[in-house]
Amino acid sequence: MTGEIGQAFVLGGLACAAAGSVAGFGAGAMRSATGWLWARRLAYGFAACMLLANLTMEYALLTHDFSVRYVAQVGSIDSPTYITIVSLWSSLEGSILFWGLILGAYVAAATAANRDENPSTMPWAIGVWLAVGAFFCFLLAGPANAFLPAPNPVPLDGPGPNPLLQNHVLMIIHPPMLYLGYVGMTIPFGIAAGALFAGRLEASQIVPLRRWLLVAWGFLTVGITLGGWWAYEVLGWGGYWAWDPVENASLLPWLTATAALHAAMLPHRRGALKGWTVTLVLASFLLTLLGTFMTRSGVFNSVHSFSQSDIGPTILAFLSVCLVFSVVLLALRVDKLEGEGAVTAVVSRESAFLLNNLLFVALTFTVLVGTTFPLLAEAVKGVKLSVGEPYFNRMAVPIGVAILFLMGVGPALPWGQASGERVRKQVLPPLGLGIAAMVVGFGVGLREPWPLLTLGCGGFAGYVTLREMIGPVRALVAGNPGTSALGAWAAAVPQALTQSNRRIGGYIVHLGIIAMIVSIAMSSAYGVDAEARLTKGECMAFEGYDICFEQARTVKESNRTLEVADFRATRDGESSLISPALASYPGMMAPIGSPDVKSTLGYDLYLSLMSINGDVAGVHMFRKPIVAWIWLGAGLAALGTLMSLVPSRKAQAAAVAAPVAAEAASK
Amino acid sequence: MKGKLWAIGAVAVAAAALGYIALGDLGENLVYYWSPTEMVAAKEKAIGATIRLGGLVEPGSLKPDGQTLNFRVTDGTTAVPVTTREVPPQMFREGIGVVVEGTVDDAGQFQSKRMMVKHDNEYRAPEGGAMPSDAAMFGTLEGE
Repeated sequence: MTGEIGQAFVLGGLACAAAGSVAGFGAGAMRSATGWLWARRLAYGFAACMLLANLTMEYALLTHDFSVRYVAQVGSIDSPTYITIVSLWSSLEGSILFWGLILGAYVAAATAANRDENPSTMPWAIGVWLAVGAFFCFLLAGPANAFLPAPNPVPLDGPGPNPLLQNHVLMIIHPPMLYLGYVGMTIPFGIAAGALFAGRLEASQIVPLRRWLLVAWGFLTVGITLGGWWAYEVLGWGGYWAWDPVENASLLPWLTATAALHAAMLPHRRGALKGWTVTLVLASFLLTLLGTFMTRSGVFNSVHSFSQSDIGPTILAFLSVCLVFSVVLLALRVDKLEGEGAVTAVVSRESAFLLNNLLFVALTFTVLVGTTFPLLAEAVKGVKLSVGEPYFNRMAVPIGVAILFLMGVGPALPWGQASGERVRKQVLPPLGLGIAAMVVGFGVGLREPWPLLTLGCGGFAGYVTLREMIGPVRALVAGNPGTSALGAWAAAVPQALTQSNRRIGGYIVHLGIIAMIVSIAMSSAYGVDAEARLTKGECMAFEGYDICFEQARTVKESNRTLEVADFRATRDGESSLISPALASYPGMMAPIGSPDVKSTLGYDLYLSLMSINGDVAGVHMFRKPIVAWIWLGAGLAALGTLMSLVPSRKAQAAAVAAPVAAEAASK
Repeated sequence: MKGKLWAIGAVAVAAAALGYIALGDLGENLVYYWSPTEMVAAKEKAIGATIRLGGLVEPGSLKPDGQTLNFRVTDGTTAVPVTTREVPPQMFREGIGVVVEGTVDDAGQFQSKRMMVKHDNEYRAPEGGAMPSDAAMFGTLEGE
C-alpha cells in the first residue's frame, strides 16, 4: 500500500513538472501572465509531490515495510534509527528520490524568490527547471523506481545499508551536501538559459544568477571536502584525494562554477563577457550531469561504485540532450547578449579575472581528459586502464599555484587601468611577505620547490586578502575621527560587516581556500608513513613517537562487531591512546578498516589497522602536517559563502524601493 | 576586432599547448588493469608500467619470508609470481580474489606496492571453482 501511495506522488510530480515546464516555456514565448502564474503553481505542486513521496519512503523505512523493494534492499530491523532515516540516500533509487526532494525545494525557493522579478526571463527559467524535474520524475517512475513491490515472499528482514556508508557519521552528511551542490546548479542553469532565450542579461538577472550559483557552489565545496574527510577517516590509506573518477566528477563542476562566479562579476561591473559567463554556467550544469552519469552508472571501477545500475544510458541520453540544447541555444542567441563593454586594460582586476578563468578552464580540461580517457579507451579499444595520479598532479600543481598567486594579484589591482605607481604600492608589501614565508619555509627545512612556492604564493595572497578585508573597516574608522581608536574600531567592525558583507564574505572564502591549498601542498609533500607487524606489548619508533601495541579487544555493537587494537603513542612525555579497528558487519565477507586519527593543528598521527590475528597486529601509520587546516579552510569558505548570501542593507533597501518605484511608474 | 582575433589566436595556441602536454603526460601515466594472462601477453610492455593485476591467490603458493611475502596470482590459465613487502589486509589468504598494484621489474618479477582484497557487499563465492568476471574482479576494493 505504501508503495502505491509513493508511486502516486511520483506520478503527480511528473505531471506537475511536465505541465509546468510547458507552461513556463509558453509563458516565456508568448509573454502570458496566466502561463507564468500556472508555471509557478505547478512548480510548487512539483515540490509538494517530491516532499510527499520522500515522506512516504521515510515512513516505509521507519516502519520496516519490506513489501517495498527499496526497504528490503537497504533496511534492517537491527539498524539504529538514524541509520534507517539516512538509508533514504544510501542506495541508487532512494538517492534519486532524495535528489527529487532537493530539486523540488530549490525550484520552489527560486520561484518564490524571483516571482516579481525579470518577467521576461524567469518563465523560461522555470520551464528549464521543471524540464529537469520531469526527467528525474521519469527516472523515478521508470528505471529507478524506489516504490516497486518486493519480490514474493516479502522478506522478514533486510541486509541494512552498505556498511562502508554506515561506518562513519560523515557519510551521513556528505551525500546531502553534494546533492545540494549538484542539484543547485540547475537553478543558475535555468536562469542562464532564460537569459539566452530572452536575449538579455542585465544586472537584475546577474544578481539572482550569481546568488544561486553561490548557493550551489557553497554546498559543493562543503560536499567535496566532506567526501575527502570521509575518505581520510574511513578508508585507511591515509589520504583524502586520489583523483578517483568519481572524486573528479564532483570537482569538475566546482571548477567551472568557481570560474563562473568570478566571470559573473565582469558583466556586473563592465557589461562585458556576458556570453562567456553564461557558457560557464551552462557547462557547470552539464558537468554535474556527467558526474551523475559517472557515479550512478557503474562505468567506473571505484570505491563509489556501490550504486551500479542500468540507469546509465538514460542519464547519458539526458546529458546528450542537454548538451545539444545548450550548444544550440548558445550558438543561436549568444550574440544578443554582447555589445556593451569590453576588457581593455591589461593591468587591471578584469584581466586578472580573465586569466583566472583561463586557468580554471585549463584545469577543468585536464581533469576531464584524464577522467574520461579510460572510458574512451575501453569503448574504442576494449582495454581496461585508468590514469594514474602523477598525470593529475603534474598538471594540477602548477595551475593550482598559479591560481593561488592570482588570488593575490586580482584583489590588489583596481578595476580599470592601474597606474604603475599604484601597482607597486599595492603589490610589493604582500610580495615581500610571500618571499619571507618562503625563506622561513626554507629555514625550517622545506626543500621541495612546489610546496615552497605554494607557501610563498599563500603568504602573498593571504596578505592581500586580509588587507582588502579590513579595508572597509579602516575606511569607517578614518571617517569617524572623534572617538577613541578602540571605540572606533569596535563600532566599525559590525557596521562594515553589514554594509560590505558580500565583499568581506568573499574574502573569507578566499582565506579558506588559501588555507586549503597550502595545507594540501604541505600534507601531501611532507607526510611520512610506515608499516609494521607488532606483537602485544611490542613497541616501535616512528617519527619521534614511541608506538606500543597494548592490547586487542572485541566490541560488539547492535549492527557490527569491532576488533579494536589499542596503541599508545608517546612523544616528549605526552602520550595518547590510538585505537584503530576492523569492523565486521553481518552479511559482509570482509571487515572494514576504521582508522583512528589524533589530529592537532600542527600534525596528524594516523593509525590504520590492516590485520589482527590473535596478538599480532598489522598496522599502517602516517604522520602528516597541517591536515586539519584543510577541513578548517573549508569551514571558513562555507562561513564566507553564508555571509555573502545574507542580503546586504544596500540590496535590501533597493529591493524595498524597486516595487514601490515600479508601482509609482505604472500609475 | 583585430584585438579579438589576437586574443582568440592566443587562447587557441595555449589550448593546443595544454592539450599536447596533457596527452603526452597521459600516455606516461596509465595504469593497466590486467589479468595474469593479459600481463604475460603484454611482454616487455609490462616492464616498468603501472599495473593492477587481478586474480586469485593460488592455493599453496603463499610463502612469507621475513618481511617479504611471496605468492602467485592466477586466473586459471596463467599464474604470475608476486612479491611484496606490504602488510597484507586482514582478509588476505590463499584462494581469495585480490588486485595487486605494482610493476614488473627487469628480472620479470612482479613487485607489488599495494594489495587490495575483493571487497564486495554482494560477494558470493564463485560456484564450482568458476573465476569471477573481470567486472567483479576490479569492482569495489578494500583500501581504495
